Amino acid sequence: MIRVVLGTLISHWRRRPLQLVFLLIGLSLATALWSGVQAINAEARAAYADAAGLLGRDRFDRLVGRNDVPIDAARFAELRRAGWAVSPVLEGTHKPTGLSLVGIDPLTMSQGAAPIGAGAGPGMAEILAPEGLLIVSAETADRLEDADLPRLFATEGLPPMTAIGDIGLVQRLLGRPGAISHLVIDPNSPAGLVPLAMLAPDLDRVAPAADGGLARLTDSFHLNLTAFGALAFVVGLFIAHSVIGLVFEQRRSTLRTLRALGVPMTQMVILLLAELLVLALVAGLAGVALGYLVAAALLPDVAGSLRGLYGADVPGSLTLRASWVLAALALTFVGTLAAAGLALWQAATMPVLAPALPRAWARASGKRLAWQGALGAVLLALAAVIALVGSGLPAAFALLAALLVGAALVLPLLVGGLVQWLGRGPGGPVSQWFWADTSQQVPGLSLALMALLLALASNVGVGTMVASFRQTFTGWLDQRLASELYLTVRSEAEADTILAWVTPRVDAVLPIRSVSAPLNGLPGEVYGIADHATYRDNWPLLDAVPDVWDRVAQGEAALVNEQLARRAGLALGDPVALPGGNLPVGGIYSDYGNPQPQALLGLRLFDSRFPDATHLRYGLRIAPDKAAALAQEITARHALPDGGVIAQADIKGYSLDVFERTFAVTDALNVLTLGVAAVALFASLMTLAELRLPQLAPLWALGLTRRRLAGIEFARIIVLATLVLMLAIPLGLALAWALVARLNVAAFGWQLPMALFPADWLWLALTALPAAGLAALWPALRLARMPPAALLRMFANERG
Amino acid sequence: MNAARRLFLGGVAAMLAARAGAQGFAGLGTAVDGFALPDPAGWFDFPADHGAHDAFRIEWWYLTASLTGADGAQYGIQWTLFRTALKPGGGEGWDSPTLWMGHAALTTSTAHHVAERLARGGVGQAGVVAVPFQAWIDEWAMTSLAGPAEDALAGISLTARAKDFSYALRLQASGPLVAHGDNGYSVKSRDGHASRYYSQPFYEVTGKIEVSSGPVEVTGQGWLDREWSSQPLSDNQTGWDWLSLILDDGTRLMGYRMRDTRGDFTAASWIAPDGTVETLPNGSMVMTPQRTARVADRDIPVEWTIEIASKGLSVAITPLNDAAWMATSVPYWEGPVFASGTHPGRGYLEMTGY
Repeated sequence: MIRVVLGTLISHWRRRPLQLVFLLIGLSLATALWSGVQAINAEARAAYADAAGLLGRDRFDRLVGRNDVPIDAARFAELRRAGWAVSPVLEGTHKPTGLSLVGIDPLTMSQGAAPIGAGAGPGMAEILAPEGLLIVSAETADRLEDADLPRLFATEGLPPMTAIGDIGLVQRLLGRPGAISHLVIDPNSPAGLVPLAMLAPDLDRVAPAADGGLARLTDSFHLNLTAFGALAFVVGLFIAHSVIGLVFEQRRSTLRTLRALGVPMTQMVILLLAELLVLALVAGLAGVALGYLVAAALLPDVAGSLRGLYGADVPGSLTLRASWVLAALALTFVGTLAAAGLALWQAATMPVLAPALPRAWARASGKRLAWQGALGAVLLALAAVIALVGSGLPAAFALLAALLVGAALVLPLLVGGLVQWLGRGPGGPVSQWFWADTSQQVPGLSLALMALLLALASNVGVGTMVASFRQTFTGWLDQRLASELYLTVRSEAEADTILAWVTPRVDAVLPIRSVSAPLNGLPGEVYGIADHATYRDNWPLLDAVPDVWDRVAQGEAALVNEQLARRAGLALGDPVALPGGNLPVGGIYSDYGNPQPQALLGLRLFDSRFPDATHLRYGLRIAPDKAAALAQEITARHALPDGGVIAQADIKGYSLDVFERTFAVTDALNVLTLGVAAVALFASLMTLAELRLPQLAPLWALGLTRRRLAGIEFARIIVLATLVLMLAIPLGLALAWALVARLNVAAFGWQLPMALFPADWLWLALTALPAAGLAALWPALRLARMPPAALLRMFANERG
Repeated sequence: MNAARRLFLGGVAAMLAARAGAQGFAGLGTAVDGFALPDPAGWFDFPADHGAHDAFRIEWWYLTASLTGADGAQYGIQWTLFRTALKPGGGEGWDSPTLWMGHAALTTSTAHHVAERLARGGVGQAGVVAVPFQAWIDEWAMTSLAGPAEDALAGISLTARAKDFSYALRLQASGPLVAHGDNGYSVKSRDGHASRYYSQPFYEVTGKIEVSSGPVEVTGQGWLDREWSSQPLSDNQTGWDWLSLILDDGTRLMGYRMRDTRGDFTAASWIAPDGTVETLPNGSMVMTPQRTARVADRDIPVEWTIEIASKGLSVAITPLNDAAWMATSVPYWEGPVFASGTHPGRGYLEMTGY
């Protein structure tokens, strides 16, 4: 019995394989984008955990030199001889390869902190051997195969482009003999020792960051990706929902017959459910595979932008992780059930003897559309309220969700209204029928149109945000990076030598001094800047008191970055808490791409408050055409390492590269979402085309040729797509505003001026309308080539 | 010959060097990678010889003491600083090829506490300075308390601390330094492996030990060994059994048996209470295992009989604690023992290669 029922149900798919294809496409696309994003996030999080756990960073306290003063061997030995189980670590970047080097002392390192000795790690003897070795991940080892480095030992659990080696070796590779960045404190240090605060008053004890801070910093970035994934998932479900609804509608008579033949209701529902779950499994697996490809393609860019934005190292290659595969499959099941819920419920509650009148599925009553529209209006009103009073990341996302879903729900009413309004003018009978029938079509196409709206609006919104950002960021970089050259020396003695030589050759030497310090209790950085026209003319102030530069130079006020002002709620004149006492805020400057709070002090005040800060960095002003030659001469004459002198253009290039990579991902997801929307439209049209025949047959009988009818059908879709596009542009702008003025502020701490880019909309129209046309083409062509007999049959078979 | 007894450490050093890819250790009779060889003709040069000998591959400052607590219980402590060089010559800074390893132990009749510390040379975390004498690794230290006219090791303070035990002791020598072998040239095998080796076996000890149950005042007798060499253990030698005894009549005995696949090699020093040393040739001392105990998954002969016919000595050796296992990077058995029979006394037993 069960086999017979199952065979009957499945026979539907044999007769209409296209529906099966669309259902699977919808579900797997939904899964693909969602799981792709999840895969990227999972990879990044694993990398953060590796980085955080590296050498017990997430478990052990550390001792660091106050004001970044380096620690020497004598201090280390002194603490060891006092009984403190401290172990030295030196961190730095190997300039020739870009490798992050971590030098450790395996002899004093806490057990289990370094990948040495146990399991896959190299032996202590190998690490300590005079020629040494570096422990890296397998991926890094491959990448550095030809680099001029000591032997590489590949192991697992290391962040990409990070190498661990003996501290002596790392000191040699970095050209920093004797240097220690910090001391790791073994929690097993015995009790009753002389307190560290007495032994080493110039060292600060720092508690381990639970996640290295990276996970928190990058949260907003991953949230953005997740939001995109969710949007794509919803659009994919639209496809699945419309196909499933149609399938159930067409199987209504089959189900009725089966029930009449005595198949129990529960059995039938269970079989329908089983059928759906099998489909979901197939689509889910395909989606995961597709998602893996999407993630693998996007990951290098994501890794690049995470490195540039946050200094977070994420590998460029993807690992298949059970966590996101299972989550994606589970979501596919849930999504399938959600998409099929209404149809299943209808099938389950269908009276056995109800007439099996086929009717166009989703020919929703005006009442339903009205309810939907009302709900949409409420959501839009809610969005307006959130925009006015909401703050924080959850509110920003709630705003986005309410705006998009609200607009989508209102869309059918709006498009229907517009079509009716367009059809009011005088016209021949065909024209009148065209408008009336288009209006009639809107409910059936509503889901596809909603999907299209969301995809187009996202495109406009995200595109506007990215372009606004690019414009602002480029201008800001020009202002902020005013010095032509940036000089970093290794010691203050070297600074004296080089500056004595450089000073007569440049227009100005601008010291750049900074320390890490709490700002209003938040971890941040304080910079000391010279009183110079370079800053007065160029520094990008958002808001400032009069004579701000004089007041800063005299030590009467501080400048704070936008991030600090927003996070601590500071306005002009408010006191900002700094080490050494509060200062009033004299100005607020934009500081894009910096996740941390920052404050600027006049150089004299800075030096008096932070006398131990190193004097190793300088900005050099010189005529731009002489900058390159001078940079070369400084490097050669003073034997500076790579990166000792950096030209303004290089920093700009690097920053813009980070920027482009960041939004390359956004762009890619955007295009993919648009693609899914096109598929949704195509699927809806294909499934509806068949149901449309009874309505078209009479027109054919009245004398309209099949060609003409096909042309009309095609034009109808273009009209609808154009209407949706026109509505999508204002929605997209509202979305862009929400992104720029709300989400960015909440996620990154800065606001952008929003600019409009109508040329981009034109480009979008040129992409989207042909896409919609393409989707409409096949059904139209099928109609044009349909044998007249098929149209004639309509009059015989259809009863209404 | 304290050297042979710890030669296994030389083996470790060579292995370390070999695995590290230095000029490989290839067994007997080969060159020693630029390291110096002990001079058979020389005498010691004090106080310089109390310090480190960077030209040699391995060296140690090895102190053991048998103690009695104010509570009447028996205790034993060990304090050792090993120096191992990956290449000769020492050197300052983090690139120094010198490695230091400290072992400390405290044995009671029911427990054996062990701790280990590791350090590199050149940065001050561990080292030995001859004048004023100090040997240290982290907060563990052996520091001279001797007056200006005395030998630097005539009086020392000794500290070590770990999670589950600590001790702070003062040691005062009641006799002179003694040289083993031929004026301090101590031969370890028939093939002529040798070391420079002297001891201070006459320490009277006072101080305090601390275990989880609380501090205990202790008194007793201690023995310091100083030894350096460059040659690793021969391929045929599988391990050794070494013994130091402080007999009730004031005589000291140091003896060892090198377990060799070609036949065991023994040596012993019979030290009179005035410090006069009589070196006993191979075969003079006979060591016979009597009982083995299961320790750290091995069968360790923890009870012995020792016989030296020329001295009329026949004693049974029993341990304070069977489980005196040194679970360190290089594991071995080392613990306090008692001698009963013709010459009662107490001392330390070390066994490797089991």
